[in-house]
Amino acid sequence: MIEFLSVQSTALIDWSRAQFALTAGYHWLFVPLTLGLAVVMAVMETLYYVKKDEFWKRTAQFWMKLFGINFAIGVATGIILEFEFGTNWSNYSWFVGDIFGAPLAIEGILAFFMEATFIAVMFFGWNKVSRGFHLASTWLTGIGATLSAWWILVANSWMQHPVGMEFNPETVRNEMMDFFAVAFSPVAVVKFFHSVLSGWMTGAFFVIGVSCWYLLKRRETKFALESIKVGIAVAIVAVIGVMVTGDTSGIQAAKYQPMKLAAAEGLENGGPGAPFSVVPGIEVPKVLSILATHDIEGHVPGINDLLYGYTTPDGEHHPSAEEKIKRGKEALAAFKQFRATMKTDPATAAEARKKLDENVEFFGYGYLDKPEDLVPPVPIVYWAFRIMVGLGGALALLLALLIWHQWKGTLADKRWLLWLGILGIPAVYLAGQAGWVVAEVGRQPWAIQDLLPVDAAISSLSVANVVTTFFIFLVLFTILLIVEIRIMLKAIKKGPDFA
Amino acid sequence: MLTYTFLQHYWWFLIALLGALLVFLLFVQGANSLIFSLSSDEKERELIVNSTGRKWEFTFTTLVTFGGAFFASFPLFYSTSFGGAYWVWILILLSFVLQAVAYEYQSKPGNTLGRNTFRTFLVLNGILGPLLLGMAVATFFTGSPFVVEKDALDATGISPVISRWATAWHGLDALFNPVNYLLGFAVVFLARTNGILYMLNNIDDPSLRPKLHRALRVNAPLFVLFFVAFVIVLMGLDGYAVAANGEVSLEAHKYLHNLLSMPATLNVFLTGVVLVLCGIGLALTQKNERRAIWLSGIGTTLAVLAIFLIAGYNHTCYYPSTTDMQSSLHLQNSCSSEFTLRTMSYVSLLIPFVLAYIAYAWHAIDSKKIDRNELENEEHKY
Repeated sequence: MIEFLSVQSTALIDWSRAQFALTAGYHWLFVPLTLGLAVVMAVMETLYYVKKDEFWKRTAQFWMKLFGINFAIGVATGIILEFEFGTNWSNYSWFVGDIFGAPLAIEGILAFFMEATFIAVMFFGWNKVSRGFHLASTWLTGIGATLSAWWILVANSWMQHPVGMEFNPETVRNEMMDFFAVAFSPVAVVKFFHSVLSGWMTGAFFVIGVSCWYLLKRRETKFALESIKVGIAVAIVAVIGVMVTGDTSGIQAAKYQPMKLAAAEGLENGGPGAPFSVVPGIEVPKVLSILATHDIEGHVPGINDLLYGYTTPDGEHHPSAEEKIKRGKEALAAFKQFRATMKTDPATAAEARKKLDENVEFFGYGYLDKPEDLVPPVPIVYWAFRIMVGLGGALALLLALLIWHQWKGTLADKRWLLWLGILGIPAVYLAGQAGWVVAEVGRQPWAIQDLLPVDAAISSLSVANVVTTFFIFLVLFTILLIVEIRIMLKAIKKGPDFA
Repeated sequence: MLTYTFLQHYWWFLIALLGALLVFLLFVQGANSLIFSLSSDEKERELIVNSTGRKWEFTFTTLVTFGGAFFASFPLFYSTSFGGAYWVWILILLSFVLQAVAYEYQSKPGNTLGRNTFRTFLVLNGILGPLLLGMAVATFFTGSPFVVEKDALDATGISPVISRWATAWHGLDALFNPVNYLLGFAVVFLARTNGILYMLNNIDDPSLRPKLHRALRVNAPLFVLFFVAFVIVLMGLDGYAVAANGEVSLEAHKYLHNLLSMPATLNVFLTGVVLVLCGIGLALTQKNERRAIWLSGIGTTLAVLAIFLIAGYNHTCYYPSTTDMQSSLHLQNSCSSEFTLRTMSYVSLLIPFVLAYIAYAWHAIDSKKIDRNELENEEHKY
């Protein structure tokens, strides 16, 4: 019976995670294009506003049309995500709802309404409001989308690096102590810029790729060349920003989520001057230490170090997983004792509380059975990391080539480059998805780093329920994606309307 | 002044207000549910879709914000109801997913499924959305089978999950209680009534107008019927009262008592009901009247606000458990910490600003009513 229950609950965790991953993965197909196209079309409409040239109005309107097609399905997948915290991660919702709910509420109040209000003006207001009001609405649509990204990424970053809260055994949850520590946590700031600018990359390479297709077809030449110029400008900012924040993310992962970094590198045994693995078998000495610590001899722990404990050269001891699990179990036992005595025996309760406080930083480890549970699926994280960085680098090179030929005025004749430009679209999507795989698979088994593993975060459902909804979402989202892509392709084929 | 108790009540008020605005904004769903039955040709259907198509984001966003605000202020409800009454919420969400894509895709070339499929999505959402939301809110009075056991987190039991549903139906239980249907259908027909009044205001079309009046004569009486039935049943229902020490006990006619002991709420409720009836009456008697939606919209918001308030105020369990009375959720045992509620209250000061820009943008778009001529010349239409 016990065995049956544990099999049952493992399946429940897996399906709950699969459903969340499915929804999040689909959602992130649409969000980055929303963020990126928002900037591109706002820049174009600004050019129209300044130059009063009808060409720019029509150009902006074409990209807005594609923006609208993409936006609808982004909204549709987003609403599921928000509610899935409750439907599938019920325990999580209570355990940290006091902190986690706030950014979601602020996202709704401040960001979604801005987006929803001004997108209506943007689409329907051309003949109803002044040019200035319309331009402001286009920018505000993008700003609303970006603000919403801010708050949801604050929420996500808090799961990766929980700050500004304290566990309260009386209410059995973590409670917020410092709002600004949550809202402006350094991890959140870096994650925001890294994710949003990767969205700008998506928008920019999308515009470039579609325009390259027109150039290959030798149609809409002026439109395509001018769109590429705007795309390149946005891409330059985005690529530099993504690289800088990617570097900082590495430093932060080394500090706050060393297991994620070790998994992303497939680093079994670490130490000072750790090498960077390009692909299995090819290593560059010392580079991982430079990336993770900005110090050529910096100490980077490997998976085994983290499991079995290690001491850094400066003498700091890092406990083994077994020690952490032991202290986690002590925290849970103290919690249990506190709950049992808090109303009847204040002296014992106070003692239990003290013991809980001493071990609370390992609270989540109490739910784990064995040290190996702490290791995320290494191959997935390792390869996802390589896909993200590899494609990111390739896109940076592509951008350099595009800039060169744009500057020389030879872009339209370089058919191989135009083909590469089209390939940039799948590449930028793949890189973005891979990035989230690194971030989310890499932090397993944690729903909230060190505080709550996924198996203690779920809802109490039978597996059949979640399997059913998983397939409903899978079929529905896939059909909608096919529809979206077909509509998008038709609209691109038809081209901008300069009549 | 900003005591913990005050903050709990303030946030319940905001949740109630968001819920009330959401029910008003369901006019989008109500109007959509009539796309096929109301129109006789493609032009008319296009007018309806384009009229609600400029408002749907507000309804959708209000639903999302309602969820987010509930999460932030009463997280135990979020974990208990969403994780427990799984299927009700999933079905509501699915219907809104279908709606979200339907507008943009229905008339676009390459949409694969065809225009009528997407419009059928709108009709589905138009009926299921209000029905299920109404039934879900009805469980705030009729109760649900769940247990909340915070000690479960110590991981010594079978599962560390705090909130557990007591049946395998996971929310479909709500379908077994006839009272839930009363509110569900009241909301469906209210949404339709408001949808008709909205179209009377927003669409300028001589052939559609008499049809709208005809539909109003059917849907408004049905709304009144279901609504009155629900209110009568509600006044007779027993509810759970919360004592100062947190102990929950059964109180006969709890909701009637709540209404009578909170005169301000009673006044809001009666004013709301009268305004809705005035709106309906105005539209039925004055064929050229456009302002009925404002009366009925404000009335809807006030009446629903009051219904939420009597569910949670006056020491009442707003989410009663039919399995274990002491597990029932009330403002004190389900809310966020004082710090979080206070912080969020500062954020809520921005709400009037948000409402102001919504009103401004709405006015800018709506100053001219939709007609056939506009749809012919509009660059962006659904």
